[in-house]
Order: sequence, then C-alpha cells, then structure tokens
Amino acid sequence: MTVGMINANPVVHERPERAAHPHAANALDPLDVFDTVRDIKDPEHPYSLEQLSVLSEESVSVDEKLGRIQITFTPTVQHCSMATVIGLCLRLKLMQNFPPHFKIDIKVAPGSLANEESVNKQLNDKERVAAALENPNLRQLVDECLCSNF
Amino acid sequence: MDGGGAAELREAHRLTGHSDRVWSLAWNPFTGSGAGPVLASCGGDKAVRIWRRSLDGAWHCSDVLEDTHNRTVRSCAWSPDGKLLATASFDSTTVIWEYSGGEFECVATLEGHENEVKSVSWSSSGSLLATCSRDKTVWIWEMQPGNEYECVAVLQGHTQDVKMVQWHPFLDVLVSVSHDNSIKVWADDEDDEWHCVQTLTEADNCGHSSIVWALSFNKKGDRMVTCSDDCTLKIWDTSADLSQPKTGDDHESWRHLSTLTIFSAHLSSEDIIASGAGDDTICLFTEEKIRMVEGPSYRLILKKEKAHDMDINCVRWCPQVMSVYWQQKKVS
Repeated sequence: MTVGMINANPVVHERPERAAHPHAANALDPLDVFDTVRDIKDPEHPYSLEQLSVLSEESVSVDEKLGRIQITFTPTVQHCSMATVIGLCLRLKLMQNFPPHFKIDIKVAPGSLANEESVNKQLNDKERVAAALENPNLRQLVDECLCSNF
Repeated sequence: MDGGGAAELREAHRLTGHSDRVWSLAWNPFTGSGAGPVLASCGGDKAVRIWRRSLDGAWHCSDVLEDTHNRTVRSCAWSPDGKLLATASFDSTTVIWEYSGGEFECVATLEGHENEVKSVSWSSSGSLLATCSRDKTVWIWEMQPGNEYECVAVLQGHTQDVKMVQWHPFLDVLVSVSHDNSIKVWADDEDDEWHCVQTLTEADNCGHSSIVWALSFNKKGDRMVTCSDDCTLKIWDTSADLSQPKTGDDHESWRHLSTLTIFSAHLSSEDIIASGAGDDTICLFTEEKIRMVEGPSYRLILKKEKAHDMDINCVRWCPQVMSVYWQQKKVS
C-alpha cells in the first residue's frame, strides 16, 4: 500500500442530469448497464467513478445477440495502482446485476495506463478474478466501493 | 465412434450438488474390481464431491469432502493406483486424501506456496507430486513412507501465475503452463537437480500469444495439446526427444472455432481431442489418418454449441468408457 494518495487532487465533475431514456422493455440498453456502474465509489476518493470521469456513457457497449458487455474505463492517472481494484468493482457489480450468461470484458482505455496490457490481462483472467474476490481485505474494499450512495 | 458414421454428443447425465462453480474434474484411473467409474469434482464451494455409478446405472454423490479447504478448491487429481486424491486450493495448500473405512480422510497437507495453488499432478510412478501457484513457482514433492511428503524442488522461471502442471504419461518429465504465455518443460539431471530444459514461447517455438490455461498428453506420450486465451489449441509432437518438444515443420495451430477463451482440453486414449470453451461449446478433433506431406493434420469431428449455459471449465474423457464429461461454471 502506498502512503498518501496516488492522485491527491482529482478533477471532480458535476453529477450530470439524469434524463429518462425510452427504450424497448426487454432490450439490454448500454445506458442500463451504465446506470448500474456509474455510482461505484472510487477506491481512494469520496466520489463516484462518473464524477471522476473514470466512466462515462461511452464506456459501455453491449452486444445482446452475442451476450456480451464491454466496459472501458479511464484511470485518473497513468500510474494508477487502483486500476485492478476499479476493474474488480465493475466486474462484481455487473455479475450481481446481470444474468450469468453475459460475458463481460473490462479494459482500461487505450493509452490511459502505463502497464495497460498486464492490467487488462489480469482483469479478464477469470481465475485471478475469482481468487481476488476471495481475498477478505480486497473483498472488503470492493464491497465498500459498491455500497456507497451518491 | 467409427470413422464412417456421424458423431454425436449427447448429454447422458447431469450431476448436481455443488453450490458454486465447478472448476475441475478427475476420473479415478483404477479400473479393477468391477466397481465402475468414480469421478471427483471440486469448486468454488470449497468442497470436493465424489460421484459413483450404481448398479442400476444412476449416478449419485457418495462423498462430500468439506470443512478442510477454506477457499476454492481449484483442482483435484487421483494417484495412479487410485487410492489417494490430491486437492489443490486457493487457500495455498494441497491436501492428500485417502479412502479408508468407508470414508475419505485427510492424511497430509502440503504447505509452502505463498498464495493460491492452481493445479496438482501425480507422476506415473506415483512417488512424485507437482503443484503450481500464483506465486510463479512449481514445486515437486516426493512421497515418503507414512504419508509424509518432502519438497524436493522449488522451480522458478515463470514470470507470472502458473496455471497448470502435468507429468508426462511415463517419464519423470513435467510440463507447466502460465499466465506469462509460455510452456516450460522440467526434468532432473544425474545429480537429481530439477531444472527447466525447454521453454516454448511465441517468439521461438510458435507458442501461444496469450495466457496458457491447460495441457494434456496422449497415452503414448508423443502428443501434447495446449490451449490458450489466444483462442487456439496447439498440438505438439513430443515423440523424438522429450526435453525438446517441437510442433513439427509447420506449426500446428488449431482454432477451436471459439470467439472466447478455451479453458480446457483433453486427449482421449484414441487420440481424440475434446475442448471446452468460454463460448459454452465443446469441440472434438481427430488426427487425419492419411498423413499429408506437410505433417499431420486435424479435423473437427463435431461442435456442440450451448453444451452448457455458461463457460465450460473442464473436459475429461472417462478412461473406461468412450464418453466425455464436462463441468460448467455453475451447477445449480
């Protein structure tokens, strides 16, 4: 664990207006997926991933026919050691809210992180994810990020 | 399964009981005493289940091994004589179980890995055991009298999490596959020192370009299959000199026809490769009988889509019967 924050002065954005959006009752809308994850708290700061621009509506894409959800997130700094924690939070939230047959891909936005390839590899290694979620300290941190209300 | 007729894969039985995803399976290799096939399964519910077939043909769970591992049990393996079962867990231990007096009891606990143990394998002689872990090492253990296990080697070399280890079917040669995309072959020398005799990589050996999840040898030991996140199966010719496995003049790289990850592959005694994947399909491949000039080629016998509702984690051929059993991510 590092002493002191990675990014002590994050840029915080206004929480955007939440407009109702019409869509077919049974279709899986990327906005539905985004609504599920936008309020996840950043592991280091008392703000949501949306407020810190780690996530936006454009972060999510869905292929309902293939049953796939893809999320791309942007860590606030190039050397973010919390990227894997954020990725875990996203995956757990999606697993808890969407049917298990959906295949979920979580990646950092290209060019946004120094060790991008290795982080993407870990985030999509289902065995590593399973083991990480069984680690009590890590699990507690993730659960705290998922439980926050904004 | 003859060469002329169309092949079919039909669900014969569905075994329910685990309360979380099933990660791995192992058939008891012992075929004597007319007792019928015995299967071990293990998973995220921290338990191991033993399944047997009754005289009426129905399968039932005869034993549940629980309250021992305190995290996911990732892999299990029977000793060659079928008397012992080794279970590898995310709790960083490997437990040895023995069937005695009508129940399984824990007779040894192998400790030492720094974190999750991913796989365990018995050598053909039954006297050596190999384990591997996220701590990037492979450990070799030697069985001593009185259920004692001594660690005889801690093998370093992989630069990431080691996913699986498997011994050659009759030589004391060990293969490991890793999150670092490589395949390593380990052997001991005249001084009983273990070291890596070969590393198969993308750059040098037409190896994999992503995480390698699993490997399987055929019975003769001249073929090895590996499967990877790069969505390919690779078949290796391991006949000539086992410390130098090679893929032949042209590298043989199969597509499982899957758009996602392959998690498991297994060679049957008749050299049919079964593979299961993250797109929920099972494929069977066989080597073409007519040898082409460029080397052996393989064809897809069948592809079963939606074999499960979710990822296939493990496929295993039953040694006694010509059928394949597979386990899915979650058994309800």
